[in-house]
Amino acid sequence: MRLSVDLGLCQGHQECLAEAPELFGFDDDTDQVVVRVPEPAADQLGAARAAVKYCPAFALSLED
Amino acid sequence: MIPTVSTVLDDQDPSVPEIIRGTGHLPEMRVDPISLFTRVREECGDLGRFRLADKDVVMVTGAEANEAFFRAPDEVLDQAAAYPFMTPIFGKGVVFDASPEERQQMLKNQALRGDMMRGHAQTIEAEIRRMIAGWGDEGEIDLLDFFAELTIYTTSACLVGKPFREELDSSFARHYHELEHGTDAIAYVDAYADIDSFRRRDAAREELVGLVQAIVDKRIARGVSTGSTTEEREQRDLLDVLIRIGMDVDTITGVFISMMFAGHHTSSGTASWAMIELLRHPEAMGEVVSELDELYADGSEVSFQALRSIPVLEAALKETLRLHPPLIILMRLVREDFELLGETIPAGTLLAASPRVSNRIEADFPKAGSFDPSRYIDPRQEDMQNRWTWIPFGAGKHRCVGNAFAMMQMKAIFSVILRDYTFQAAQPLDSYADDFTKMVIQLQQPCRVRYRRRSS
Ligand code: HEM
Ligand code: SF4
Repeated sequence: MRLSVDLGLCQGHQECLAEAPELFGFDDDTDQVVVRVPEPAADQLGAARAAVKYCPAFALSLED
Repeated sequence: MIPTVSTVLDDQDPSVPEIIRGTGHLPEMRVDPISLFTRVREECGDLGRFRLADKDVVMVTGAEANEAFFRAPDEVLDQAAAYPFMTPIFGKGVVFDASPEERQQMLKNQALRGDMMRGHAQTIEAEIRRMIAGWGDEGEIDLLDFFAELTIYTTSACLVGKPFREELDSSFARHYHELEHGTDAIAYVDAYADIDSFRRRDAAREELVGLVQAIVDKRIARGVSTGSTTEEREQRDLLDVLIRIGMDVDTITGVFISMMFAGHHTSSGTASWAMIELLRHPEAMGEVVSELDELYADGSEVSFQALRSIPVLEAALKETLRLHPPLIILMRLVREDFELLGETIPAGTLLAASPRVSNRIEADFPKAGSFDPSRYIDPRQEDMQNRWTWIPFGAGKHRCVGNAFAMMQMKAIFSVILRDYTFQAAQPLDSYADDFTKMVIQLQQPCRVRYRRRSS
């Protein structure tokens, strides 16, 4: 599964960092998220799905 | 060629107020906007045209057109200029001193940051408990009065500050309501027209300035907090900051009104409709109550759980938002000619997207008219599957910055009240309805429900 962010949508709420701190970083200059783990391991998928679900901007996707 | 929607209310009809005679579809939008917007899609498809006075409006629906609408940069589609009915409410000073982007940024950075949500959740839980402290074992409330007052306290406490909130009582909520009621679409012709609802709007704003003036006077007499000691920092709120930078009371009031505006009627209306839909669907209510009972059986705190997943309640809230989006139309002024589905929309046009219409597109939401919270349960997830048509919070760059706050607040509200009370309609279930005659939509009164304390 590939985890990606649409930077045209990310509003920098950082909810994703709260849900899955190990998968994301934050770029303070652009005020947007950075995906640190584009291919989460099986045991990280739960956190990745939660981040996708609770991103207030619907900016994240997790796809095959 | 973008087709124009039919006309059902002649704009010269004697029932139309003189000031908006000859303004195309404005008279209809002023009395029955839903029927107008729904017809645009039915008759014209993804792009349809109507006229509001001297403005051509192109309304878009469907995923492709919505995506283009929501992704367009502000230089091309300008949000600020599209809502003329807001200027007299915020006050000219506020509107021209800060762009909506600056205000959004301010809110996001100062009050809606992820790490501040825990504190807000605690504040909100306390405010709800305070509102129901006098409820006793049974009684009746009016949903609009109750939730509009509650959300004045929660938004003022969280967005402005607790010391300011402590100075407010129900009179603030009443005047605020008059402001919201002063959003007659006649503003598209003249936002200062001499009509009853605008006179009441302006009188209400004066009253609010008066209330804030009294609070400011008290602050100054006490000594405005500079935040130089830890204790003072705790006591300090945005009001102290604005007084210290020398802002006049009229503008301060406008800043507070504008900070609270986006979150107030939207949250209040959604909480009311969630209650109504749950009363209309007892099986859904039953599932929500069981979920909450189980969740809180271990004595965990509402302010903790409201920030976490409560899937059944969340699904009911999302379905409420889909069917009853508080903002039924979102507008932008086209600044540069804009290409959309092969058409060129000329600068000067108003472009609109409609949550109310898009949220009910049958192809995206099967049985779109029915309340079905299971749409959001895995694997359906119809909100995420349709991120450009499930748009109660808008989408793209301007997607509601308060949506995490709003969802948390509603989860907290229902966690508290459904744990302690059961509810029952106090009028026929189909008699609850929205009043669509103002751009800010509110429940029609009466909208009463009965509560009874749960035994156990
Ligand atoms: C159920 C509750 C709510 C609903 C349905 C809702 C809906 C919306 C919608 C549809 C928009 C997009 C407007 C557009 O594109 O023109 C929006 C924007 C906005 N909302 Fe909310 N909202 C809610 C609660 C809140 C709360 C609680 C706050 C603040 C605490 C808030 C603050 C804002 C702000 C500041 C914007 C402007 C964002 C921008 O223009 O970039 N909203 N909201
Ligand atoms: S939660 Fe969404 S909007 Fe916020 S930083 Fe993460 S990706 Fe961006």
